[in-house]
Amino acid sequence: MTAMLDIKDLRAYYGQVQALHGLEFHLKEGSMTTLLGANGAGKTTTLRAICNMVRSTGTIEFEGKPLSGKSTENIVRLGIAHVPQGRGTFTTMTVEENLQLGAISRSDRAGIADDVERMYDHFPVLKQRHTQQAGTLSGGEQQMLAVARALMLRPRLMLLDEPSFGLAPLIVRDLFKILGKINREHKVTILVVEQNAQLALELADTAYVIETGRIVMSGSAKDISNNEDVRKSYLGY
Amino acid sequence: MSAIQETVTDAPAIDAVPKRAMTLGAGTSAVVLLLLLVMPLFVKNFVIFQLTTVLIYGLAVLALNILTGGSGQFSLGQSAFYALGAYISAVLMEHAGMNYALTLPISGIICFAFGFLFGLPALRLSGIYLALATFALAVAMPQFLKLGALEEWTGGVQGLVVTKPDAPFGLPLSQDTWLYYFTLAIAIAIYIASINLLRSRSGRAMMAIRDNEIAASAMGINVALYKTLAFGVSAGITGVAGGLGAIVVQFVAPDSYTIQLAIALFLGMVVGGVGWLPGSIVGAAFIVFVPNIAESISKGLSGAVFGVLLFVVIFLVPHGARQVALVCQHWIGKLKRS
Amino acid sequence: MELLTNQILAGIATGAIYACMALAVVMIYQAIDHLNFAQGEMAMFSTFMAWQMMQWGVPYWAAFVLTLILSFIGGIAIERLLFKPLAKAPILTNVAGFIALFAIVNSVAGLIWDFTIKQFPSPFGSAPFLGSQLISTHQAGMIGVTIGLLVLLFLFFRFTRIGLAMRAAATLPESARLVGINTSWMIALGWGMASAIGAIAGLLIAPVVFLEPNMMGGVLIYGFAAAVLGGLSSPLGAVVGGFLVGIFENLVGTYIPGAGNELKLPIALALIVIVLVVKPSGLFGHTVIKRV
Repeated sequence: MTAMLDIKDLRAYYGQVQALHGLEFHLKEGSMTTLLGANGAGKTTTLRAICNMVRSTGTIEFEGKPLSGKSTENIVRLGIAHVPQGRGTFTTMTVEENLQLGAISRSDRAGIADDVERMYDHFPVLKQRHTQQAGTLSGGEQQMLAVARALMLRPRLMLLDEPSFGLAPLIVRDLFKILGKINREHKVTILVVEQNAQLALELADTAYVIETGRIVMSGSAKDISNNEDVRKSYLGY
Repeated sequence: MSAIQETVTDAPAIDAVPKRAMTLGAGTSAVVLLLLLVMPLFVKNFVIFQLTTVLIYGLAVLALNILTGGSGQFSLGQSAFYALGAYISAVLMEHAGMNYALTLPISGIICFAFGFLFGLPALRLSGIYLALATFALAVAMPQFLKLGALEEWTGGVQGLVVTKPDAPFGLPLSQDTWLYYFTLAIAIAIYIASINLLRSRSGRAMMAIRDNEIAASAMGINVALYKTLAFGVSAGITGVAGGLGAIVVQFVAPDSYTIQLAIALFLGMVVGGVGWLPGSIVGAAFIVFVPNIAESISKGLSGAVFGVLLFVVIFLVPHGARQVALVCQHWIGKLKRS
Repeated sequence: MELLTNQILAGIATGAIYACMALAVVMIYQAIDHLNFAQGEMAMFSTFMAWQMMQWGVPYWAAFVLTLILSFIGGIAIERLLFKPLAKAPILTNVAGFIALFAIVNSVAGLIWDFTIKQFPSPFGSAPFLGSQLISTHQAGMIGVTIGLLVLLFLFFRFTRIGLAMRAAATLPESARLVGINTSWMIALGWGMASAIGAIAGLLIAPVVFLEPNMMGGVLIYGFAAAVLGGLSSPLGAVVGGFLVGIFENLVGTYIPGAGNELKLPIALALIVIVLVVKPSGLFGHTVIKRV
């Protein structure tokens, strides 16, 4: 089986500074993969490089087709939804408008309307607040909105950058439950970058560990969470 | 958050260069100084006059650079400070019979005070709002100078004619050459003082405010003080430039100091490189010579030619002369290593 | 008392000019986040194109529509050719670009159509409006068109997908790209729309101030002031700001002794600055919360 996303020799740069040093990994279709690593290891950069938001070299293939040279918006239009760190909420717009924006590249009006309703089913709190300005939502609600907005694209692949950032533990658990459901029921392949390694490993089937811009370990999430080094460095026990 | 991420992605390579590169190295400075010293020996009086104008505008651009490049405040009102300085010098010379050189510090001090006071209400404004406020100052100044009540001093719409000074101590220099060296001496002194100011504690405070006002105030920097101080220093230097301008042109009139002057100074700053003090002289040369060049290419379309030349410059070097300097530095560095 | 009401009415009439220009200013500000100093000159050029067509015998409304279309295309072309390459340059460099564009458009218009003033027809006539000597039918028509435009813009941004996409691209370009919006084209579209709205402003202003290459100088300044007063991000604010500036200007001219024509502009600007000092983000703008 070919990989859905195949990354080879990925190098990324911020100005003169190189952040990724030949990263290689791949995602299986329908999988839920997590990318673990310390601060500054290059996790966010990896996601940004996939969407061509940072200068990079190397090959990135999505469903067999190279992404290099494509603009961010065209990569997104292929079915890759990216929930950025800090959520990227359009704070001055209403919740409903945020959802509409998620589907802005689609043209099936009826399908969009259905999907908005489905999102309200998944995230009832968004329905309650659908006419409110998104900026007035709490952090957890905004994260739900960001995930819902990404799903409005009907993505084949979803990239999540630290979805647990700044959220209360209970809310994080809820959020990850929903992510698991999306992965299983909607057949969306998910790549999630997390600092909360314990939770991410519980949920994911595959895991990669990244250190100073290189993959240093890969395997099934179970194996990785049983690895002593990983336990010490990332899980804290 | 996203704003911060964006600055990271879009940061052009040029920003990787340390901000302290606000000056030239000792060797380059010496070469430039030598050029400035010998140039008048080889050209006609009219060209010397133009070079003096370049130095004076260079000072005014430098002043704007301290304000915008140093403290991050934008001003379209520099022509008002320039006009004030020019009139103070002219009035002191013609009505009080004061020596021209002595009028300059007075212009500088009064403009400093005026700029400092103007900086107070401007504190509440930033970006486009500040541009509008300073713009109001620029359009008000010529009208103010025309006021009937002040006519006895300012000469109203007619303006004032200023006597051109001779070289002192019987030096064998033409008036133009003498004024050139006189201006050069003042310009160098102010340039060195400005560099030292920006390198000092106050300069670092201003730059911290430019880069992030909220963070700067959180670090205990008195934001209000340094922002108004930057306004005052900038206005003071502009005032001295205005005074010099009055002496060299031998004439002040309200309509010499319209908003067009402020816009020219702004263009000079962009062409020289925002925040790069040595670029001020390059920018000044641009605003003095390029309109003449445009005029000589086509009289009827001089505005269009000027616009096109300006576009050419900003397309080639969006960061102004600073970018040229950095590229040169890079190549020289490469040559040295190989 | 009658003088006061009369002056306010006259102020509203002149304010309509500024309101119209301010709408174009807000439009471009929404798209590119700064003010286009060449906007007035672009509007002047559009007006000259319409004048030229009428000289060739094209009827008013046909020339009107053609001018709008050409201005729209012209605005997009200017963005693609001149300002897209500067997208990564510092803001102040872009401002220098606007000044260069100003010089070019002004000078080219002067060369083609020279600097003598020309009459420009009004579609509404210039009879007294409802018997009032203070407002002519043309000025009433202008107020009507401005308000109509405002409503259209409101509907466009609120209820169309492209309007939504433009708002998204303007507020958060990075997030907008992440939902698949081509932000670069949204900017070009903004230029096109601003240019077309500017053309409408120019066509309506020309019968009042007469047509010549420098006709927009003063108008643009008041238009900027109006837009800034209104808060820059709100079309409604721009229109209200336009009327307020018109009223300010007239009252200052009437009630402040010695203000005359010369000091009207600085005093009106000073008043606006005072308003801004009290409310730095304009009357209708919302404060942007900055994080460190």
